[in-house]
Amino acid sequence: MTALPLADRTITEVAAALRAGETSSRELTDACLARIERDAERLNTFLAVEPDAARAAADEADAALARGEGDGRPLLGVPYALKDIFVTRALDGDGGDLPGGLPTTAGSLILKGYRSPYASSAEERLRDAGAVLLGKTNCDEFAMGSSNENSAYGPVHNPWDETTVPGGSSGGSSAAVAGGQAYFALGTDTGGSIRQPASLTGTVGMKPTYGRVSRYGMVAFASSLDQCGPFGRSVRDVAQVLGVLAGHDPRDSTSVDVPVPDYVAALTGEVRGLRLGVPREFFVPGMESGVEAAVRAGIETLRDLGAEIVDVSLPSTDRGLATYYIIAPAEASANLARYDGVRYGVSAMADELWENYTRTRGSGFGPEVKRRIMLGTYALSAGYYDAYYVKAQQVRTLIKAEFDEVLSTVDAILAPTSPNVAFKIGAKVDDPLAMYLNDACTLPVNIAGLPGVSVPCGLSGGLPVGLQVIGRAFDEATVLRVADAYERAAGFTELRPPTANA
Amino acid sequence: MHARTRYHRRMASISRADVEHVAHLALLHLTDDELDRMRTQLSDILEAIDTLQQVDTSHVGPTASVIELENVMREDEARPGIGRDAALANAPLREGDFLRVPTVLEEGR
Repeated sequence: MTALPLADRTITEVAAALRAGETSSRELTDACLARIERDAERLNTFLAVEPDAARAAADEADAALARGEGDGRPLLGVPYALKDIFVTRALDGDGGDLPGGLPTTAGSLILKGYRSPYASSAEERLRDAGAVLLGKTNCDEFAMGSSNENSAYGPVHNPWDETTVPGGSSGGSSAAVAGGQAYFALGTDTGGSIRQPASLTGTVGMKPTYGRVSRYGMVAFASSLDQCGPFGRSVRDVAQVLGVLAGHDPRDSTSVDVPVPDYVAALTGEVRGLRLGVPREFFVPGMESGVEAAVRAGIETLRDLGAEIVDVSLPSTDRGLATYYIIAPAEASANLARYDGVRYGVSAMADELWENYTRTRGSGFGPEVKRRIMLGTYALSAGYYDAYYVKAQQVRTLIKAEFDEVLSTVDAILAPTSPNVAFKIGAKVDDPLAMYLNDACTLPVNIAGLPGVSVPCGLSGGLPVGLQVIGRAFDEATVLRVADAYERAAGFTELRPPTANA
Repeated sequence: MHARTRYHRRMASISRADVEHVAHLALLHLTDDELDRMRTQLSDILEAIDTLQQVDTSHVGPTASVIELENVMREDEARPGIGRDAALANAPLREGDFLRVPTVLEEGR
């Protein structure tokens, strides 16, 4: 058993302790709430916390555990956090039954004070599983960003070094899990927004296959790319959460009705006989040498474990960024048209309707969101639609075909998650293109709709590095199996920020 | 607008009038400073994006979604929805059971 403080342990450890009567959900919840309170200003991870509601849910879980209802419910009594992109049901209004009623802002001023009349599928599934919701985590506005600096509610600080970013857009979720504030957290990943912050905070983060997890109740950014997924402190923890989230949801017509395997059972620790491809194009120009060294060492560890490592080529990788920055903004410009200051959100209260629309949107959206709405509107406008939008969709076909071809010869792909470790807050805010390059290794995976996980593979200059495992569509089991085998062999499972135990 | 011609000449260069036009389409009020900054930043981003024109896609179809999309029909049965009060609870302006908006039609518009 680990000597880590209670708040820093894995789900697997605390779930066993709950069943053995060595701890209670109330104790776990209080441990997380104490960390959240202690580091509220230092890390700025949460936008809303409901301590009373969390304690009430914990007491319910403890009662269920006492009645012996813990079998087959690995998340019963385990405290977690939701990225503030997931709507959570309010107390008031028809059918509202959740104590409290957390606001949903998507990190934007335009949704300040918004309380949803319905709950996201992710929240409902986790509530049914008995997990305890602590609160909503900070994020880049509408999930647009790679550093969490685009939040209207201030940047999140990386627990590994408070002067650096935790990655983005799910930076609050990654920092909360790294900082001992929640045992797991949910994020959303449109171009890397789960895997990149996981890499920068030394946590495990998974983007499932597009269609694997319901997007119902997730504030939409780019609907053909967005996916929901978990952050955890081990691959096993992430596998357990994915098992609860995955599966068809009639309320999301893009959620696919395919069987959900037992992800924990897939973690055999064995990679002998697997062929793992390393695409040379993912070691992108400008990649930090310490990151490349850690990732290459990780690949060697898997070779030592008996996996066959083969060089592969994904020649269109360097087209990923341009393809993404047409498709994602185009979809965003359409999705964000709904924020008009009439039905919900803030309103500029101008005297005339048209002016009210433009003033509300002009003052309610932050710079990056406006940039992407403009880019997307431009790409979709008359005369440019074919040259930009259709062209990007054609290149998307090529990128996906290359992945499909490579994944017909290998079982999974190994790559860096991010070309760099956590960078200083403020370092890239004035250079959108430099910021976009953070996702060069993750966004091709969204373009192809494939599952990917980032698992810690060591430190570079004292900051965490992530190894990315990418798999075939709906084959999260193999992706998790490879990541878990690596994690067991590498021994980074107790990697925690130096500040966590202070 | 001679977008086609302009695209063949140099796609990445956009004028301030272009930025204003796009802001109008996107219903975004931008300040003078924002319009200037947007012109520079969008030009830079579009220049990077224009590298896609080098890719031969003459025999490639577009991908709108990675999964097969088809119409999903549910049974046509009545079921409870979001109630009126819940639906109106977040409205910035409400009048009775209605959303209230500023003046829509003005003389001379």
